[in-house]
Amino acid sequence: MLLITLKIAFTGSSLARFCSIALLAVVILALAGPTLIAWDPEEVDWQALETAPSLSHWFGTDLIGRDLFVRTLIGARVSLSIAIVATLVSVVIGIPWGALAGYLGGRADQIMMRIVDTLYALPFVLVVILLVVVFGRNPYLLFVGLGAIFWLDLARIVRGQTLRVREALFIDSARILGLPTWLIVLRHVIPNVIGPALVYATLTVPGVILAESFISFLGLGVQEPDTSWGVLIADGTQSMQSSPWTLVFPALFLALTVWCCNMLGDRFRDEMERATSRTHREVSAS
Amino acid sequence: MARYLAARLGYSLITFWVIVTLVFFLMRLAPGGPFDGERRLPPEVEANLNAAYNLDKPLAQQYVDYLSMLLSGDLGPSFRQKDFTVNELVVSGLPVSLTIGGLALLFAVLAGVSAGLTAGLRPGSRADIVVMGVTNIGIAMPTIIVAPLAILLFSVTLNWLPAGGIGSWRHYVLPPLALCLPFAAAIARLTRGSVAETLSEPHVRTARSKGLPMHRIVRRHILPIALLPVLSYLGPAAAALLTGSVVVEQVFDLPGIGRYFVQGALNRDYTLVMGVVVVYAGMILLFNLLVDSTYARLDPRIRLSG
Repeated sequence: MLLITLKIAFTGSSLARFCSIALLAVVILALAGPTLIAWDPEEVDWQALETAPSLSHWFGTDLIGRDLFVRTLIGARVSLSIAIVATLVSVVIGIPWGALAGYLGGRADQIMMRIVDTLYALPFVLVVILLVVVFGRNPYLLFVGLGAIFWLDLARIVRGQTLRVREALFIDSARILGLPTWLIVLRHVIPNVIGPALVYATLTVPGVILAESFISFLGLGVQEPDTSWGVLIADGTQSMQSSPWTLVFPALFLALTVWCCNMLGDRFRDEMERATSRTHREVSAS
Repeated sequence: MARYLAARLGYSLITFWVIVTLVFFLMRLAPGGPFDGERRLPPEVEANLNAAYNLDKPLAQQYVDYLSMLLSGDLGPSFRQKDFTVNELVVSGLPVSLTIGGLALLFAVLAGVSAGLTAGLRPGSRADIVVMGVTNIGIAMPTIIVAPLAILLFSVTLNWLPAGGIGSWRHYVLPPLALCLPFAAAIARLTRGSVAETLSEPHVRTARSKGLPMHRIVRRHILPIALLPVLSYLGPAAAALLTGSVVVEQVFDLPGIGRYFVQGALNRDYTLVMGVVVVYAGMILLFNLLVDSTYARLDPRIRLSG
């Protein structure tokens, strides 16, 4: 993933290059920034309550005088790590589901994909909120809940890939050797579909970022003193009349990240499609 | 077509049942009762409360009771707002939510289809590039950003429209506009793609070589085919629109059911949250049925089969 981003950063079109560089910059800032900045995310600067951007506070300060730049970067850390963990959860659910449905075929496939279709139409973010209400606020819950929304796309894609792999000779020979279904799926199907599946999984990252910021915006996700882009935007909305920068900077970071992810995602998808159609041709030619 | 629709109706009912069951058991799984406060209640009071809210019976019995209550259209009392039933809250909020959501959907379809059509008819033109650029940004701007920024720009700075509340028609302009932006962008991209694709189909070439005027080709030969993907997008879009309307109601201070949902979630009002999720799920399934039946009428492959 990181390698592909780096590759695009050096070789892609100018738009793709801009996006991958911006994305890498956000990630590096989120990782290293907070330690390099003189201000602590929870430190109050009594000399500068709610001040506009200046040399000492690049993004200004919030209502109670905390440096917005460092808080935005901490928020980036939280938002991005939730997005990555939730994406991993969606991989863990979506890949086996799709591979099993595609491998089994027939009735089982129909039922499993019908379940995916059905879930697709539901307001799942609201169900995650329901989980939060029931079990209290808990970051792990947020990871699992969000991951459980986003596996649906992945299951569809993996199923499509599996339908191709299923006809291969090595699957037949595994079956003739009498391997149980779960072992065939685990050892022979999944390794052959996992590459494209992981690339597609990165497409869910912007979706998770948006969902997390939505829940946190409503005050039901990440909580003070911890922060995320959603929390910062909610705070900024409260104080935007007197200090618009508290809204604009976190919003800019969120929108830029999601936009770059979307653009790169489109690029990945195009490249994957070209690659898979090429291998498909090679397989059918040999 | 009748068989297709009957199957769809069946799936919707099953889905609805699954949702209701899921929600019910989730709520009952909750650690601690809904009345756990700072102070322990005397056991008699707690028993009375549990009896009043039907929590003292065995779980299976509660489940059956809840289902039959739902069937008669009763969502139960609110745990926190003592004098209100969930029905009253939903009924008071629904008109506002439906107005905002309906207007947003309308704006999104109108703006999205016309922008997508303009771009798709001339792929690679300047209009196409502008539309694609704007929609790219639109998709990356969630409601939580668009809504406050809209207030900042149109209410605080320009002072054109009110920043919130309900009253005259002017209160119903900004919220739907803020809500519809990402959906308008998504619809524009979908329309653009399928219009550009349909444009190169043989039947469109035939219509052109017959010398039909362009507006007629668009209306009769391109749009009916190109809009099918847009139509099937409306199902998931409605679900996402509802989610977004929760934010819009919060930001613009509108008394819709989305705000009750957030309030209920913040102070753990189980029955209210449950009721709103059930209402939302029902609305989405109903809307999906509507989309499916329109689809069935428009798509000859379904219209002419069974």
